[in-house]
Amino acid sequence: MNTTELTVHELVEKLENNELTIKDITKAYVDRIAEKEPEVEAFATTLTSEAVEQAKSIQTKIDNGEITNKLAGIPIGIKDNICTKGIKTTCSSKMLENFVSPYDATVMEKINEENLINLGKLNMDEFAMGSSTENSAFKTTKNPWDLSKVPGGSSGGSAAAVAANMVPWALGSDTGGSIRQPASLCGVVGLKPTYGLVSRYGLVAFASSLDQIGPITKDVTDSAMLLNIIAGHDEKDTTSANISKKDYVKALMGNVKGLKIGVPKEFFGEGINEEVKKSILETVEKYKELGAEVEEFSLDIAKYSLAAYYIIACAEASSNLGRFDGIRYTYRSPNAKTLEEIFKKSRSEGFGAEVKRRIILGTYVLSAGYYDAYYKKAQKVRTMVMDEFNKGFEKYDLIITPTSPVTAFGIGEKSNNPLEMYLADICTVSINVAGLPAISIPCGVDSKGLPIGMQIIGKKFNEETILNAAYSIEKEIKFREKYKPEFIRES
Amino acid sequence: MKVSKEELLHIADLADLNLDDSEIDNYLDNLQDILDFADIVCNAPVEDLDITIGANEAKNVFRKDEVKEFDNIEGLLQNAPSLELNMFKIPKVVQ
Repeated sequence: MNTTELTVHELVEKLENNELTIKDITKAYVDRIAEKEPEVEAFATTLTSEAVEQAKSIQTKIDNGEITNKLAGIPIGIKDNICTKGIKTTCSSKMLENFVSPYDATVMEKINEENLINLGKLNMDEFAMGSSTENSAFKTTKNPWDLSKVPGGSSGGSAAAVAANMVPWALGSDTGGSIRQPASLCGVVGLKPTYGLVSRYGLVAFASSLDQIGPITKDVTDSAMLLNIIAGHDEKDTTSANISKKDYVKALMGNVKGLKIGVPKEFFGEGINEEVKKSILETVEKYKELGAEVEEFSLDIAKYSLAAYYIIACAEASSNLGRFDGIRYTYRSPNAKTLEEIFKKSRSEGFGAEVKRRIILGTYVLSAGYYDAYYKKAQKVRTMVMDEFNKGFEKYDLIITPTSPVTAFGIGEKSNNPLEMYLADICTVSINVAGLPAISIPCGVDSKGLPIGMQIIGKKFNEETILNAAYSIEKEIKFREKYKPEFIRES
Repeated sequence: MKVSKEELLHIADLADLNLDDSEIDNYLDNLQDILDFADIVCNAPVEDLDITIGANEAKNVFRKDEVKEFDNIEGLLQNAPSLELNMFKIPKVVQ
């Protein structure tokens, strides 16, 4: 098998058996990026020459005994809204086109402590606002399964790069589905951890009460390994949970006997593609065969969650993005003469259409006269969504739904209709609204050969259960053995 | 709720954004569509529920109020669009 097709745990095994060296691995990825990046366009910044140098230096340190950790020298890709010291962090926005972070995000400090090699920063929807990566100010990433289709978003660059074997794994961020939906559309594994499990320090804020960083990987074992690295309390993030460190790889037992799984019928109704529905329900049947107890139940929150999500997320964004003022570290309009013009012209020229749309919506729902009708109501709906999930979790260990109502859609197909694009998040947003953990794993392909993702939702801080359930079914489905992206162009 | 052009311009002004004519038409349509969809929230059966602000328990997190040195001043300043004597430079605001 080609080196870039291996998972990280397979790469580590080959390093331990001296079948591969760090330099071999890095070179394989550098070559793969040279080959595939022109057609996939997943990267905002590539760091391939730096990676080659870093591989040499890490190898020397391993030879000298200075570095002993087993993941040293494994490459990774990072979504471009995670601050990387000395490297551009653009959020795929003209506003931050030349921004070089003066510090590392906490997750980057952890990645660097493990001596992972950063292959580059990955493209995204501008400020993580979107479900297709078409809102990047710089380029539109293509889906490796069909280059005429979107990779999903907002972590579309991360998911496409993993699917195209240009990075072995990547970090993404998820505010309303931005890890899980692109993972689903690109046939890879995406985990949104419980709110508070991973530090948000150094993640450029979109909606602070919903944002979470998480892994996008080829398989569930890699997801658990990357979560082991990035999870943990951080005093620099006041919403970071102070809970004891766990080993998520140990949780992968491969046994789901007696596990109680709830399947909410409302997530399989109107708007969900028939092929998606069929594939998920077939996978749920496999859980039964493995000894899990599966039951259908009612969880009628999807539409309420989606509306509340867009109110809350946009309100928080309108506040968070107030910091981009053209003064300290952002784009400044060359046409501005006064201080007020610096603010207004820099923001009007620096932000793209979707970002402005969401700032306006957020400002509207927070403004006098509408605050009670929209924002306060949305916060109450948030309570309702949490209560409904809690009721579900009194009976079930896990809840299973589709990740995305449809498989990958065409580039340009939804980009002129914001509301239709927002509906792409219908299955994922409620998880962020409630602060729960959820994973998307590929469970099959549709008649066009495009991947279908299944979402497994767990109780707060119970990543072990969803990872184990995902791992158990992954062994049955054998998705990676059966299907591979073909880089075709169907349109 | 119906959004007027005047309201949209007022909101854009509050958000420090200028909108050109095509953006005004476009955002008026979009905003109306999205707010019509969001009406489901206005009519949700949640009158008796408390509001939720964050995903987890709302509690204050305290730390000692100590000054700490940031060791990368050069890195901080290199992103500024205009500088003078290690200070961010803006147009004159006091006449």
